[in-house]
Order: sequence, then C-alpha cells, then structure tokens
Amino acid sequence: MSVIIFAENWEGKFKKATYEAVSYGARVAQTMGTPAIVVTIGNLSDDAKSLAKYGATKTITVAYNESFNNAVFASILNQVAQQNDGSLIIVSGTNNGKMIAPSLAIQADAALITNAIALPESTSPIKVKRTVFSSKGLAMYQSDAARTVISIVPNSVGVAEVAAAGDVEPANTTADASLRAFNVEKVDRVTGKIPLPEAELVVSAGRGMKAPENWNIIESLATELGAATACSKPVSDIGWRPHREHVGQTGIQINPNLYIAVGISGAIQHLAGVSASKTIVVINTDPEAPFFKAADYGIVGDAFDVVPKLTEAIKAYKANN
Amino acid sequence: MKILVCISHVPDTTSKINFTNNNTAFDTNGVQFVINPYDEFGLTRALWIKEKQGGSVTVANVGTSVTEPTIRKALAIGADDAIRIDADPTDAFFVAKQLAALVQENNYDIVICGQESIDYNGGQVPGMMAALLNWPFVNGCTGLELEGNSATVTRDIDGGKETSKTELPAVIAGKKGLVEEKDLRIPNMRGIMTARTKPLTVRPAVEASKQTNILNFDKPASKAAVKLIDKENVAELVRLLHEEAKVI
Repeated sequence: MSVIIFAENWEGKFKKATYEAVSYGARVAQTMGTPAIVVTIGNLSDDAKSLAKYGATKTITVAYNESFNNAVFASILNQVAQQNDGSLIIVSGTNNGKMIAPSLAIQADAALITNAIALPESTSPIKVKRTVFSSKGLAMYQSDAARTVISIVPNSVGVAEVAAAGDVEPANTTADASLRAFNVEKVDRVTGKIPLPEAELVVSAGRGMKAPENWNIIESLATELGAATACSKPVSDIGWRPHREHVGQTGIQINPNLYIAVGISGAIQHLAGVSASKTIVVINTDPEAPFFKAADYGIVGDAFDVVPKLTEAIKAYKANN
Repeated sequence: MKILVCISHVPDTTSKINFTNNNTAFDTNGVQFVINPYDEFGLTRALWIKEKQGGSVTVANVGTSVTEPTIRKALAIGADDAIRIDADPTDAFFVAKQLAALVQENNYDIVICGQESIDYNGGQVPGMMAALLNWPFVNGCTGLELEGNSATVTRDIDGGKETSKTELPAVIAGKKGLVEEKDLRIPNMRGIMTARTKPLTVRPAVEASKQTNILNFDKPASKAAVKLIDKENVAELVRLLHEEAKVI
C-alpha cells in the first residue's frame, strides 16, 4: 500500500498548497505505515528533492511539456497509484486540483471526498471531516471504496515539516491520447497581485465604501499589509470591483489568516464564504451590523476615518518591528 | 444545439443550516429550496445559446418528487422540457452515473452544470460525468462561446485566466461570468403558466453504487464575543493582531 500525493507546480514552482498537500499525505502515510509517494508533472524550476522536507518518501517526476489537461493528469496519477498499490490519493483543491480530482476518481474507481479540512479521523475505512453547506456545516465522510481520493481545502490544514528520504526518480507513465479534454490556447496571468485564494491576509470592502473611486484607501491598507483585496457580492454585481474579488457563498470561499471587512454588513451569504478565516476584523459604522457577531475584533466607526488611521498604524508598527 | 442543463435543488442562500436525527441528517424544516445559483447561471447561458442559434434546452435533476417545484421554476424561466431521475441523490458518484446514463441515451451537444451545489459543495458531479462519458470538461467556467461545433471557454486558474477550446460535445461546469447576476431571469406569469404544461418526464434511476457515506454533521465552533476597539485607538488593534491573534 502507499499514499500517492499530487505535488502541483505553477510554471515550475511549488507553492504553499503543494507543501500542504505533501505534508498532509505524508502524515496520513505515517499513520498507515506506508510510503508517501509524491508525483510532479511537467518541468520544474524548483528542486523535486525539496519535497523530502515535507515527508516525501519518494518523488516521481513526470516529464510533460503540454498544457494542462485534467484527464491526462488524472491518468498519470492513476498509473502511479496502480504501480504502487496506492489506496489513497491526495490532491490540493486548487483550480486545477478541482478539475483533476473527479476525473481521477472515475479513472481509479475511487471514492472522492473534496473540501477536506483535517487529517483523516480513521484510515481504515477512510473517515475525514469536510465542510458542507458553504461552510455553514461540517460533515464526517466515510469512503466506501477500496481506493479514495481526498482533495483538501488550501490553507486549511497547514504545512508541516516531516523529514523523509525523498529520493527523486523519473516516472514510468504514458499520456493516454484517447482521453478527451479542452486544448489550452491562452493563459493570462494577473501580475503583481496576490491571488485571493492563496492570500494569507485579505482586506475586503462592501457598499459602505459608497463609490468605486473610494477604494484607494482599501488598496493602501492592503498594500501596507501585503494583503489581497476582496469585495462583497453587491459591489461585484454593480461592477465596482471585478468578479474575481467577490468572496461569499456564490463567489470565492477563502480562509486567510486575517480577514478585514470594511463597510460590509455581514449577510449570511457573505459569512459563508469567509467564516473559515482564522481572524476576522470588522470595521463598520453600524454597531448592529451582523458581521460583528462573527468577528474577533471590531471597530465601530467610519471607514473613511478608520481605514487611513489603520494604514498609518500598520506603517508605524512595521517601522518599529 | 441540443443542450442539457443539470440542476440541483438546494436550500436558499439565506437559509440557516441545522441538523436533525442526532446530527445525521440535514433539517429541511422551514427551509426554502431554490435552483442552485451556480446552475442558474448555466441555465440562463443555455437559453441565450438557444435564442441565438436555435435548438432546445432540457433540464435534468436527480431527486425525489420534492424537487419538482424547483424543476418547474427552471421550465418557467424558459427551459423546453425537463427530466427528473427519480432517486435520492445520495452521493456525487451516484448522481454522476445517473446523468451520464441519461446523456448516453440522448445526443446532447453540450451539458452545462454549475461548478458546485451550495448544499454539499462537492464540485464533483460535472467532472465525474465528463470522465464517465470521456468528454472534454472545464470547471469554474466564466466564459463560453460556441461557433459551429466548437466551444471556447474561459476559466479562472490560480493567479489568472485560461482560455481553451474543443470540439463538442463537452461538459461545462460554470459560475458567475457565464452570465452576470443582472442577466438572471425571474419567471413571469406567462412563463409560470406555460411551465405547467411543459413535459416533465420522470425516469427511473439506473443501478449504481455510492462511494461515500456521511456519518454525521456538526456546526463550526462559534466565535467568542467580538473585542471592540475604540476608533481613536487603532494602534491597539494592530497590537492585538500581532501579539494576541499572531496574524501579522
């Protein structure tokens, strides 16, 4: 038996989500007393050997020069699982991970448990806790199949260092040409901004900002903190901010270490998307805003007064630390 | 263009979520059910395709008879006909098997789904269906253009956007961006009246196992009371974020 882990790379580089998935898989493998076999696909600029630090017993590198293809990536992971008697396969729930996991579950005839937020409670059978009802609830899922794919919510479990050998070897897999998928034509990267799902600090604002041109104070605070910017649904619907910033039940669900909400009342749909944040700060003129009930820290006050002061206070704090 | 739109019957976004039977079941008491919002973007996009280039829009749902009001709403919005696969949607694999079997019997050119349902949020059914059919699949789709027999799609990737293309058929799992919030259609009286006479076929489920089981539910731990900080003393907030919360 073994645990197979997909170590995703972005233009050759690993990210925190990669290390989190590897260390998650390695810790489960330790419990099961089996090797943790890590798989990378495509050319790497980072060193595959570096995954040893997060618990890779062995890292298998797959040469692949084409664009992303969910079916082929799934097939490669399935081949490694078959070759190594892999009963559990771990992927991170990134945008690509979400496309690979269902294909993989079908190809590997495996049960799929997505949105896992903790290590399995049991490994035989696999029982793992995941979020449901847009994080308004949690559920303990059990796999009824001999093989299981777990997809974890990025930044939910955290990265752990688990020393292991991590020897690197090339794969013995083939890209199955009979699998049908979309052909990637173009990739546009937003440069200079922290992608929201990966951000550890997020500054978010809502209708309380009154007009899109007032976002400069939000941007300044975010820049000072090194945070990503986000917004509420109404603000994205009326076009004050781009859709990719909309966090909430039908937008992006995030779980940063710090979420600062400015001028957002905290409707239940908004909370569903951000309640997994580790620390929540709410700034609102209305002391009765429901968001204060979900917050760790709150300031009752006008954003146009409080936010610039907060930016200055962060600047002062940084100068002294 | 023969389009299938898959819809889920889910609690309204404002619903408070509670569990019953010793925390082993979702408590539907007092809960208003709606078309899954992600699916509604897909339904609207499907209607646009039909209006532009002709064809038909069929909606499919895997559910017991309780989902019929939700299916009728999809018909009132403008779908031509509906199929309800008569089964309790116990897990994603089971549902994907049902929908794949339906697709195999009918020559749909494109299947449009939401990227996830807002109840169980698995985000699994569209991808599993595509894998069962060996059809191209895109998740988190925010743009869809059809030209002849080819589809060009846009999806969010980590830190950007990706545009890709395929020959149909294909499975699209979409979200806002397929259409905008303002484009969603509210059924009018005429729509509601005609929906009553549109065909809603009930189809028996095919044999399929489920792969997962929910043992129990619980709710996230509630937060301790908020610490209010005076607006004249924001430095105190910075101190707490550093020393107490340890997030900066």
